[in-house]
Amino acid sequence: MTTLPAPPKVKLGLVIDLDTCVGCHACVTACKGWNTQNYGAPLSDRDAYGEAEGTFLNRVHSYTMQPGSGPAQTVHMPKSCLHCDDAPCVTVCPTGASYKRAEDGIVLVNEDACMGCGLCAWACPYGAREVDELAGVMKKCTLCVDRIYNETLPEIDRQPACVRTCPAGARHYGDLNDPASAVSQLVAARGGVDLMPEQGTKPVNQYLPPRPRDTLGADEDILASFLAPVYEETGAEEATGFLGWLDRALEKV
Amino acid sequence: MKDHFDPSPKVGDRVAKTTCYMCACRCGIDVHLKADAEGVERVAYIEGNRDHPVNKGVLCAKGASGIMQHNAPSRLRAPLRRTGPRGSGQFEEITWEEAYETARAILAPIRETDPSKLAFFTGRDQSQSFTSWWAQAFGTPNYAAHGGFCSVNMAAAGIYTVGGAFWEFGSPDWEKTKLFLLFGCAEDHDSNPIKMGLGRLKERGARVVGINPIRTGYNAVADDWYGVTPGTDGLLILSLVHCLLKAGQLDLRYLAEFSDAPVLIDARPGATHGLPLKDDDGHALVWCRKEQRPRCYDAEDVEPDLNGAWAQDGVTHRTVFHAIAHRYLDGAYAPEAVAERVGISARRIRALAGEIARVAFEESWEEPIAWTDFRGRRHETMTARPVAMHAMRGISAHANGFQTCRAIHLLQTLIGSVEAPGGFRFKPPYPKPATAHPKPHCKVTPGAPLDGPHLGFVHGPDDLCLRDDGTPARIDKAFSWDNPMSAHGLMHMVISNAHAGDPYEIDTLFLYMANMAWNSSMNTTGTMAMLTDQRDDGSYVIPNVIYADAYSSEMVAYADLVLPDTTYLERHDCISLLDRPICEPEAAADAIRHPVVAPDRDVVPFQTALLELGARLGLPGMVNDDGSKKYADFADYMVRHERRPGIGPLMGFRGNGEATGRGAPNPDQLNRYIENGAFAVAHVPAEGLYMKPWNKAYQDWAVEIGLYDAPQPFLITLWSEPLRRFQLAAEGHGERQPPDHLRERIKATFDPLPIWYDPMEGHATDPRFTITALTQRPAAMYHSWGTQNAWLRQIHGRNPLYLPTGIWEAQGFREGDWARVTSPHGEIVVPVAHMPGQNDETVWTWNAIGKRKGAWALHENAPEANQGFLLNHLIHELMPPKGDGLRWSNSDPITGQAAWFDLKVAVEKCAPPADLRSTPQFETLDRPVPPGPDVVAWEVKR
Amino acid sequence: MHPAPSVIIFSSLSGAGFGLLVFLGLMPDPPRGWVAFVFFALAYALAVGGLLSATFHLKNKKNAWKAYREWRSSWLSREMWAAIAALLVMAAYAAALVFLDLHLAPLGWIGALLSLAVVFTTSMIYAQLRTVPRWNQRATPALFLTAALAGGALLAGRPVLSLILLVALGILQAVHWTRGDRRFAEVGSTLNTATRLPGMVRQFERPQTGENYLTREMVYQVGRKHAATLRVIAIALMAVIPAILMALYLVTDGAGLHHAMAGVAVLSHLIGVLVSRWLFFAEAEHVVGLYYGAHAGVARAA
Repeated sequence: MTTLPAPPKVKLGLVIDLDTCVGCHACVTACKGWNTQNYGAPLSDRDAYGEAEGTFLNRVHSYTMQPGSGPAQTVHMPKSCLHCDDAPCVTVCPTGASYKRAEDGIVLVNEDACMGCGLCAWACPYGAREVDELAGVMKKCTLCVDRIYNETLPEIDRQPACVRTCPAGARHYGDLNDPASAVSQLVAARGGVDLMPEQGTKPVNQYLPPRPRDTLGADEDILASFLAPVYEETGAEEATGFLGWLDRALEKV
Repeated sequence: MKDHFDPSPKVGDRVAKTTCYMCACRCGIDVHLKADAEGVERVAYIEGNRDHPVNKGVLCAKGASGIMQHNAPSRLRAPLRRTGPRGSGQFEEITWEEAYETARAILAPIRETDPSKLAFFTGRDQSQSFTSWWAQAFGTPNYAAHGGFCSVNMAAAGIYTVGGAFWEFGSPDWEKTKLFLLFGCAEDHDSNPIKMGLGRLKERGARVVGINPIRTGYNAVADDWYGVTPGTDGLLILSLVHCLLKAGQLDLRYLAEFSDAPVLIDARPGATHGLPLKDDDGHALVWCRKEQRPRCYDAEDVEPDLNGAWAQDGVTHRTVFHAIAHRYLDGAYAPEAVAERVGISARRIRALAGEIARVAFEESWEEPIAWTDFRGRRHETMTARPVAMHAMRGISAHANGFQTCRAIHLLQTLIGSVEAPGGFRFKPPYPKPATAHPKPHCKVTPGAPLDGPHLGFVHGPDDLCLRDDGTPARIDKAFSWDNPMSAHGLMHMVISNAHAGDPYEIDTLFLYMANMAWNSSMNTTGTMAMLTDQRDDGSYVIPNVIYADAYSSEMVAYADLVLPDTTYLERHDCISLLDRPICEPEAAADAIRHPVVAPDRDVVPFQTALLELGARLGLPGMVNDDGSKKYADFADYMVRHERRPGIGPLMGFRGNGEATGRGAPNPDQLNRYIENGAFAVAHVPAEGLYMKPWNKAYQDWAVEIGLYDAPQPFLITLWSEPLRRFQLAAEGHGERQPPDHLRERIKATFDPLPIWYDPMEGHATDPRFTITALTQRPAAMYHSWGTQNAWLRQIHGRNPLYLPTGIWEAQGFREGDWARVTSPHGEIVVPVAHMPGQNDETVWTWNAIGKRKGAWALHENAPEANQGFLLNHLIHELMPPKGDGLRWSNSDPITGQAAWFDLKVAVEKCAPPADLRSTPQFETLDRPVPPGPDVVAWEVKR
Repeated sequence: MHPAPSVIIFSSLSGAGFGLLVFLGLMPDPPRGWVAFVFFALAYALAVGGLLSATFHLKNKKNAWKAYREWRSSWLSREMWAAIAALLVMAAYAAALVFLDLHLAPLGWIGALLSLAVVFTTSMIYAQLRTVPRWNQRATPALFLTAALAGGALLAGRPVLSLILLVALGILQAVHWTRGDRRFAEVGSTLNTATRLPGMVRQFERPQTGENYLTREMVYQVGRKHAATLRVIAIALMAVIPAILMALYLVTDGAGLHHAMAGVAVLSHLIGVLVSRWLFFAEAEHVVGLYYGAHAGVARAA
């Protein structure tokens, strides 16, 4: 059913912290490892030891950002399916393979129904969908739907593989429809944003922007007060003045 | 609607917990195993072990791609004997019996006549306490791992100064620090703990300052980035020291009690000038403020005076701190004086100094941990200094790295943050002062073991490894006047010295996991030529090369005999307290690997092969009294070997299974490790969590679990006695004298206090070479002596040279352009890209992406072998000639650390090559393994 | 967007085929017998051939039949329905003309409407995509419909209508290009909105150093000069030359080589449509390209 369901009560998704992501790609290969073994066809790599082109459900982009003043910054941006509320990839699908779950808002592809036309990938502004050339079906992030409800896993591991592996803790998973959830509060506190809001997709996944950088010394006076010389600067034998101070200071210790 | 997928798939049939292998982190991993259609158990998924002390469940890109590492087509399949010329890659497969006998036939006569004719060097070996033990039993002085190429500046400067090092041997107090300074490119060692720690800092809103020419990786998330000019970090740090001294922002009590700042320095002219004054028992003397007389530093009621002075025999001995004040208050270290050189404005340098002062002293607190110090004094609290520092390769791989690293430790000590809550913390078995480490040994006796461990810490000229005629005793010239404090050896010099027969010729080069014929030597082309160079009679200049590796690396092609190793999931390994354990600041810990899948090839774990070879050679410790083989395999060694009575490779589950650290060998030990998740942990007692070098509770605990045999408290050594002793020798004092050409250099660089000197001076022989070229290891890539991993090589399959905005714009570069990069040693033509977030005097690329055609089972069109490139073609183990008739080594004069970050180049735009291939290109190697499959689609299905 | 030959051939040929069917369905006095057979065979060859070509684009053809399911939301599903309906209705209509010499006019009208619906649904597959701003404009269905009708008119030998439609096509094509050039900036997606980072944002590294499905499929970039040349060729072959030929035909009142001229006009038009459709894809910038460092120019050229 590729018409969108009524707004789900639970909207499971990711919150990705761009202030913390060091761009290590751990989430990329943890995702690849889990999803090549589970959910549908394996994620193939063609010409694997030559030019090598494989299917990945999560990729990390890297950008540089030049602010108005100060040095350029580097930002790493992991990106996978954002499980949009108004998912254009779902409605374009002719076969019903692509669908959004009513119970938790996860967008999935039923590979048994996919004809590999690629239209859903065209409809997605984020590049979240890739056809696996070997299997001929559309692959995308499932939010590890076969982990988060997996009864064979301990409770603590029922989270997406990318979140579980992220060394820096830059990825968070939860119900973004519940204002009391940890992820919602994080979004509120840190000013989480939608990617490409102008596309009208209403993504569930949120990105926390990098905090302001290179602010040290902006308030020069405060820090300068910590560096006031403890002796009179004579320009010549400075150590003499310093050692005089030292003697006085040692009296107090 | 019924789901079209299984929402609860079983990950595997069983989980095997073992230890990752991709870097020095050595995280715990859960390997999920599943039977395939044939019923063969295969690896289905690898994830981090949540209970593991190192990674607590997380895993990096490399660890999570372990499946592709384990199943790589480049795995060697059987022992190989060379059939074509060396370097061709032509081999025949032989049996292990033939392999062992071939090796024995080469090595036995060497041992009987002159064991030093064997050079045994191991690359990224994770069993150095074992391989060094083997080499010691063989009797050759020529053993080391790759630390001299990689880390020795950090390790040696740390251990000589504060009794422990950065990298995986120590750690910032992630939970408490409020200001974290990260020096140098730092994306490999201890990478997961650093990432986890950065995450914690971010969560708490602590400030992260990156001091690094390049803003990537950890520096990308740094709140403040100081894009320092390469090689000038030391000057920047000493300028911070200048600012803090001037403002009196110092922890005077800490300095007086726990560092050598109050120690009196001998002011008498002559052979002891500048050495710390000591009493007859060898205890350093301080000036006691209370009693106004010199006293032993560790007396219970001594009150060390930082500004003490002892007038004696017409001279006045003053304190180390007195010298520090005189040295660093000099205007030469003022921010304004250094700003241009370090590439950072005086305003920003002051801001950093001010922030260090503010956080260290304004945001401090008293941590409610009562403790007793080594003088026997009781303290009710510990004073927090929440400024932590960490430094890595960017500091290490310069010729001034040793002194720069010492400067960082000076800075930490001045604010009292080493081992204070919120500061830098040691991981057991550290702290351990240099004096508690062994000294290097080099006495060779034919047919007998070496007289002691190869590597260690020298404390003056008497400890150097020299032959009677004064020439170096070791093939790599470690512990010689060229680089006296080379605690890790100099792997990068072995092949060139062996080729030159300087200091002597060798017969056999035996290497393990060291890709010397490619990215693990300074100059790749030169090394390949030396390995294949022949004498007039057609014999090779280096007669025999034996090589052990798991994968078909470039180096395999240059061996005469190849011993194929297993992958990390197929063998036993021991991450030992005798070596480089996996400890955390709050616990000692070690770990094992154990075979979780059986090899499907005719391969043997290298350590097991080495034990077999040792037994065939009759090496002591490897055979029983009746000459039979002592250890069945490496697992047997791990359990039964004892270094000292009761102390073995593994700390946990000794004796009856309950003993930790000390205890008799326990035959069930490995099972206990496996049940426990392949590691063992011993927690530091609460009272001993901080201030470890001086903390009685910690010291006693360390003795109890066997880290030391007696408590080892010590003072932080700001004034280095060993350095001063070498300097004294250079000034003409003492029996052992340096060669004259080295005198001035030793005088200048072996300063007992941290100094800065320009490491690039000798490189810019031509005014064109003004730009520093660096390499960084991408977080998602292996050391190249792993293998090319089908998943990871898609992330970094080719590498451009990244240019800063200045060069990019000045030469009108555009996307897709190429450049010719030249150095005094060579030329490469490579693709370029623009990177605004980097120092303007710097270009860089990712390390070890370029591969040679034919290696690693890659296909002809692999981008690594076509567009990928190494900077090694521009680097050399020697400096360019400077006209004095000598060729100076491109290394730190103190430690011999390979200075591959001191690379000066010129960059000029050029037309893209017609074939869009980087140069130089080399002949395609014959493959000893078939090329990899076209398609990989990994799924274990029944 | 990657100009995949299968999709270009499909939309060009089937457009002309269904266009011809529209005319065959609406003609008050359609050909019959063998002549009808030839016309319908041509129309079906183009329409069905195009549809078959489109299936080459599918990576998992065995599931293609399931495309009937989602007509409520999916233009691609609707296209399938429309195509089947049009072909079936027109088959009955054609059979009556060819074999029974019977003109079932209402059936023809319905068939013509369905044929138009096929072209419209095809165009909406592209026009609906906000992610490809160049396609996401009202001129897209207008262009597809006009192209189909102009081709149909040419094939059906209706010079006056052809001339009018070709002129309209030329104008619409120019409008589509002009508007299309502005659409990306109008939609407002930039690397800043894609990353939500302020300041001058540039790609530092791709997520992978080689290509991936997305970069091959959606991050195709055609040189601006090259595109300009092709635009001239496309509009000349597709509209200007056939229109001139039609005008000549009308002016000379069919004297001389009119059959050959008609043939040249049809051929020129079809080649022109192919070039135009190649450009339709090759020039189309998918917003995902922003994430891969592409389209910075068009995003800013507001």
